[in-house]
Amino acid sequence: MTVAIRPVSGPSRDYRFPRFERVILGNGINVIVAPVRKLPVVSVLAVIDGGAVDEASDKRGVAELTAQALREGTSNRDGLHLAMAFEELGTSLETGADWDTTVASMTLLKDHLPRAFELFGEVLTLPKFPEGEVERLRAERLAERMQILSEPRGLADEEFSRFIYADGSRYREPVVGSTASISGISQSHVVDFYQRIFAPDAVTIILTGDIGVDEGAGLVDRSLGTWEGRRERGEIRVDEQARRTRASRVVPKEDAAQSELRLGHVGVPRTNQDYFDIVVMNSVLGGLFSSRINLNLREAHGYTYGASSYFDWRRGSGPFVISTAVQSEVTGAAITETISEIERMQQEEIPEDELTLATSYLDGVFPIRYETTSSIASALANMVTFGLPEDYYDTYRGKIRSVTTAGVLRAAQKYVNMDELQILVVGDPSLVSPQVESIGIGPLSTRETAEP
Amino acid sequence: MQIPIETFRLDNGLLVTLSQDKTAPIVAVNLWYHVGSANERPGRTGFAHLFEHMLFQGSEHVGANEHFELVQRAGGTLNGSTWLERTNYFETVPSNQLALALWLEADRMGALLPAMTQKKLDTQRDVVKNERRWSVDNQPYGTWWEKLPALAFPESHPFHHSLIGSMEDLSDASLEDIAQFFATYYTPDNAVLSIAGDFEPEEARRLVEQYFGGIARGNGKPALPAMELPLTFDEPPRSVVEDDVSLPRLYVAFRSPVFGSDEYYAASVCAAVLGMRRGSRLYRSLVRERQIAADVSAFTFDLSKGTDLLIVDVTARPETTPETLELEVQREIDTIVTEGVTHNEIQRAVALIQTDLITALQSASERADRLSMFATLLGDPRLLNEQAKKYAAVTDDRVNSFIRTHLGPEHRIVLLYVPRKDDVREVGPELVEAVAS
Repeated sequence: MTVAIRPVSGPSRDYRFPRFERVILGNGINVIVAPVRKLPVVSVLAVIDGGAVDEASDKRGVAELTAQALREGTSNRDGLHLAMAFEELGTSLETGADWDTTVASMTLLKDHLPRAFELFGEVLTLPKFPEGEVERLRAERLAERMQILSEPRGLADEEFSRFIYADGSRYREPVVGSTASISGISQSHVVDFYQRIFAPDAVTIILTGDIGVDEGAGLVDRSLGTWEGRRERGEIRVDEQARRTRASRVVPKEDAAQSELRLGHVGVPRTNQDYFDIVVMNSVLGGLFSSRINLNLREAHGYTYGASSYFDWRRGSGPFVISTAVQSEVTGAAITETISEIERMQQEEIPEDELTLATSYLDGVFPIRYETTSSIASALANMVTFGLPEDYYDTYRGKIRSVTTAGVLRAAQKYVNMDELQILVVGDPSLVSPQVESIGIGPLSTRETAEP
Repeated sequence: MQIPIETFRLDNGLLVTLSQDKTAPIVAVNLWYHVGSANERPGRTGFAHLFEHMLFQGSEHVGANEHFELVQRAGGTLNGSTWLERTNYFETVPSNQLALALWLEADRMGALLPAMTQKKLDTQRDVVKNERRWSVDNQPYGTWWEKLPALAFPESHPFHHSLIGSMEDLSDASLEDIAQFFATYYTPDNAVLSIAGDFEPEEARRLVEQYFGGIARGNGKPALPAMELPLTFDEPPRSVVEDDVSLPRLYVAFRSPVFGSDEYYAASVCAAVLGMRRGSRLYRSLVRERQIAADVSAFTFDLSKGTDLLIVDVTARPETTPETLELEVQREIDTIVTEGVTHNEIQRAVALIQTDLITALQSASERADRLSMFATLLGDPRLLNEQAKKYAAVTDDRVNSFIRTHLGPEHRIVLLYVPRKDDVREVGPELVEAVAS
């Protein structure tokens, strides 16, 4: 026996994003501390304002290589001892570059924080970049580049960017760079990038968890308060569109078990004024499990294990991508169904209950997103990277709830552009090309015949 | 670190664990059914997992796809997963939606079959076949998930066969199989329900009794065959797979003590000494110092019946041949067997594990899942609070004695992936450039 009557929910309990305070040190370092007293855990995250978009065009990948090489030793200890020192404290230092920023982070038990933060400060201010270690990291990045060639998912993502961004735009190549560009990077380029970008006025240190504001600011001041320097700035092309017309491309992978499919085009910057309309519109189109594209391709047709869409948010115009992997035989049908879902989004307002599915999900899931110290630190880093207002997380849920069906329709019409739709398939060419061709969405190229 | 843990059992056998934490207004509901691919009968590989998909297709009072929609509309996250020994279903919701989550789980535990149709089965079969293509067939090294257990366990053993299943067996699954599997395994006495986060214990207990209390106890399930296996091989299994991969990769597996046993903790620490993070023994020697490998990891499968597996996984650098990779990894393990590992290496591993144990408890969903795990596999959710102590008690002697008795050459199961002869690796960087253009 089960109970037929559906439960009715009571009122929800209030939730506020954790309080945080910002302290600016004498040398320009920003410190943000969010005390969250739940477990004896602290997350530390340094956001350095500089990433792949700050690289010279012939040094693509130097930001990521520099981020990796930060871990390879300081004036006081070599890379092996540095790794061991962190790990003996029960943590490890993770570093990486993104488009706009470089990030270094660790999560650890409170007791180990003072000692671990000394090491953390040393890494930011006194890195050694030993030639042999940079060389090794470079070889490892090149090995990863080779791996991508036999990994259809990653290959499709990268090839899609190569297809939709114009030659010369930084977003055309992955953050980590290409085989050719990585091959041309040496230890001195890493040192140059570090010296140009890493300076106190470019750094925000975020501390979340079992720590107070004064305690956190004092800790950072002791390790980094005497660091000096200014970040150099320059402008490069990042997000120029390859073409203003529809086009499709097949990247051949003989005998592929599935087609990796990408549809979309160059999107909009994170700071777009219609951000909330776009987020809700995307949730309905392909953001949620119960989105139109997933319900169509997966639940109605069984073409795929999953289909989704996203706007990749960056300071410049990142891609808007619909992403799925389908059985080769239904590649054309999956594209046709996807296009029909885009058109349906643009032709009429969505029903009210579809709107509330998306808005009540985004509203309700908000506290679940910030359960951990590291997710709170990442949210604050997001605020720093995109210059969001300090009340951003306090006003987020209200802004989501105020999105209307008219706003969603406007966003679908304005920010999804059928006239410039780009389609890319990584798959078995003999099966896939005729299907893509017969849909007749713009000219079809294969990788070999594509323009450089 | 101790979290509060309360336990009770309904008359129909459902074991319930509660762990209150009111720091945020959210609550996690987590159900483990003690059934996984190990319980499948011959000719029905992949069925436990296909069945997991069917549990999202509605039940007596819930429409197709409504389960997902109701939880997401409530502001919750949800999913399910299948493993060799268990299948779990979980949602995290705003705390005022606890009743909804419990009602949904109870409806599909108590009354799944009225909602099952041939059409739903056909569609989910296609979805799962695409999941197989996506996660196994179209992924470099993706087949290791089935090839390694197939090497490590004899053919008649419940852990031997593929979890995601063969295309043929998936095609053969029928509605009748669904009904039989449901009646046998999806019963309250074969499940554990955990609730973690913001709730009032009396209210939670009342809701659990209201929604799950009327579900009938099962009639028992077929016993698994004996699963104990010898630790060594007269002829250690070894398999070389030519595949669509760019770099050689080697898996070395060892039969090791089952999850939760005293010796398991030494095995778990040993795995961390060997391959957890960049300060681990194999990473230091193979990636950093000798630069033979691009990446290394080591871990246990955490199986609780018969025998567990400890697995070392090493990906070669482009200039390393498969032969060199295998030889050098074997030599490294030989050295570890002869010389043992040091106190500092063990302390580093334990420190990393201790941090992970505590940080995992930040998430209500993780708390609930681990409570269900200890309750299902070891019969006692309170073991969650004992883990830090158990790891702290692992001595150097115990790790080194584990190494001596479990990692010798006669213990090693080897699975080696090599790039297919006509593959990109042979062509080298030129093709990389062609792709880049």
